[in-house]
Amino acid sequence: MPNAAIKSTVYCLNHTPELGLQYGTTPCLERRDKPDSPFLANLPGFIQPYEDAVRYAPNLTYIGAMTVEQLEEHPLPWHSNLASAPIRFGKYGEIMPEDEFLGLLDICDVFDLVWLETSFAESVRGKLNAHPVLDAEVLKRLKGGRDIAAIRDEIAGKAALPLYFAGEVVGCCRRAHEVDETLSAHVILENLASKAGGVLALLHLLKKAGMEPGEVDFLVECSEEAVGDMNQRGGGNLAKSIAEIAGCVNASGLDVRAFCAAPVNALITGASLVASGARRNVIVLAGGALPKLFMNSRDHVKKEHPALENCLGSFAVLLTPDDGTAPVIRLDALGKHSVGAGASPQAVTTALVWDPLRKAGLNFADVDKYAAELQIPEITLPAGAGDVPEANAKMIAALAVVKGQLERAAIGEFVSRHGLVGFAHTQGHIPSGVPFLGHAADAIASGDMKRAMIIGKGSLFLARMTGLSDGASFLVEASSGEPVGSLTRDEVKTILLDALAELAHTLRAD
Amino acid sequence: MDLENQQRIIDAAEKFGAGNVVVLLGSADPEGAGLYAETVTVGDPTFAGPLAGVSLGLPVYHVFEEDIKAEADQGIWQEQIEMMEMVLDTAALAGSVAEMREQHSQTKL
Repeated sequence: MPNAAIKSTVYCLNHTPELGLQYGTTPCLERRDKPDSPFLANLPGFIQPYEDAVRYAPNLTYIGAMTVEQLEEHPLPWHSNLASAPIRFGKYGEIMPEDEFLGLLDICDVFDLVWLETSFAESVRGKLNAHPVLDAEVLKRLKGGRDIAAIRDEIAGKAALPLYFAGEVVGCCRRAHEVDETLSAHVILENLASKAGGVLALLHLLKKAGMEPGEVDFLVECSEEAVGDMNQRGGGNLAKSIAEIAGCVNASGLDVRAFCAAPVNALITGASLVASGARRNVIVLAGGALPKLFMNSRDHVKKEHPALENCLGSFAVLLTPDDGTAPVIRLDALGKHSVGAGASPQAVTTALVWDPLRKAGLNFADVDKYAAELQIPEITLPAGAGDVPEANAKMIAALAVVKGQLERAAIGEFVSRHGLVGFAHTQGHIPSGVPFLGHAADAIASGDMKRAMIIGKGSLFLARMTGLSDGASFLVEASSGEPVGSLTRDEVKTILLDALAELAHTLRAD
Repeated sequence: MDLENQQRIIDAAEKFGAGNVVVLLGSADPEGAGLYAETVTVGDPTFAGPLAGVSLGLPVYHVFEEDIKAEADQGIWQEQIEMMEMVLDTAALAGSVAEMREQHSQTKL
């Protein structure tokens, strides 16, 4: 079966604490219900500033400025043991500050919904002019700005939401419809934030891959937002809207949703489109989830712990036909959490790990690293959710014991050898296995790693349409060295033998 | 314990009678298991949900307690639960729930 190559990977963060303070679901609901609560009053005091976010080891690992091994050796707690020097740009992407991100929101808005104050817009334009992946075509979409009085009128009288920087109102996001709740200012802001993150990741990817926008054939978008209107809430297609901003005039796309399992499902979809020849290349990408900023901050504030959920996460992966050199997504041994598989952790791990291993004829130890859910532990531990990546590795190790491939006493060693430390923000879709794909592809390409398994899991029950959860997984490994479209030695031999047999038959007949 | 689950437990206790309802927990964290057990016996310690100030005194067990494991079909146990038994601190989970039950449950199995 042909596979698809992982040609390039990009991971970006947008440090957006002020958007989070205002519009993250947890603080936003608190402001609505208990505007005078001590939690809301104290939260700003626990925010990590941008200067620290660009020295925060998990962030640097996410953007490829640190390796996973370096993160493992980095002293804990990471939030108070910052890297010695700030790094904005890593080999996979960047950590963008909030003012530039507001500029990017404006760039991504094609319906005059984002208004930035004139002097702020000018200040942001100056900064974005120097940005390495935003070219003149993209920058000309940045509007000239509006008078602050007009912005205040929109906020006061027309349900627009204020946008802040350094504690000041610097713009607003307007509603797109007077009665349609799916086009309210809040929903539009969430959707534009997701779109902007996707655009940033796509622009980085095009530059990194040395690809012209016009060469992109198809995009599969897998973020957390459902864009639409009141007659079709999840209408889509964010993928195409992202492609438009990046100038991918020959591309189209579609959106894939499955809660946190969406990125793995999207990568399998994209890889299948490429491997089948249906699309020449596919970019799988997602922007961040604004509602999840400061999601666990109530526990963080209560425990006087830094509220670290301050970054929108995005990623983009370029999939091309297997060229015999780049690492591939194996399509012959996919994991699938089927409807009848059962809901217990053991049933889920069996479906997502054991079944694909069996299909591929592999043992548990044949996979160097298992990347399931990669949340940063010092975000989840104070919130009572445990060390999620470690828990996943323990479950896989215990399943190996159940299947007779590991001694029970060796669980700890298996976890440290085959598990991963978490370095992804609690953005839902972002932590789900996919942040490791870049590190894995590089390690496989350099020969430091043979194989990784990427595992996504999604809480479908949150939508109240089913009590089920979902999951999908795939193996990443080196290409077998035979590009799609080429013939193997055996196939050539068979063709020659057939031709000779036919010739002999013809000669005999003569 | 989330508010919807608290309401479900009140509804079940009203429908079947508190003496006919057993709460079986499967939570992975001993502290959380203790809080759940407290919620269905003494009442919601966070005073946020329907069980705030409502002491149902229900018999509460963790799935990893020996009495419960003994009731389970061993084949299904191996297929669905054995793996997590190796991963979690079963003694702490069982102990945390048993402590609440001993103190606050009005009936036991």
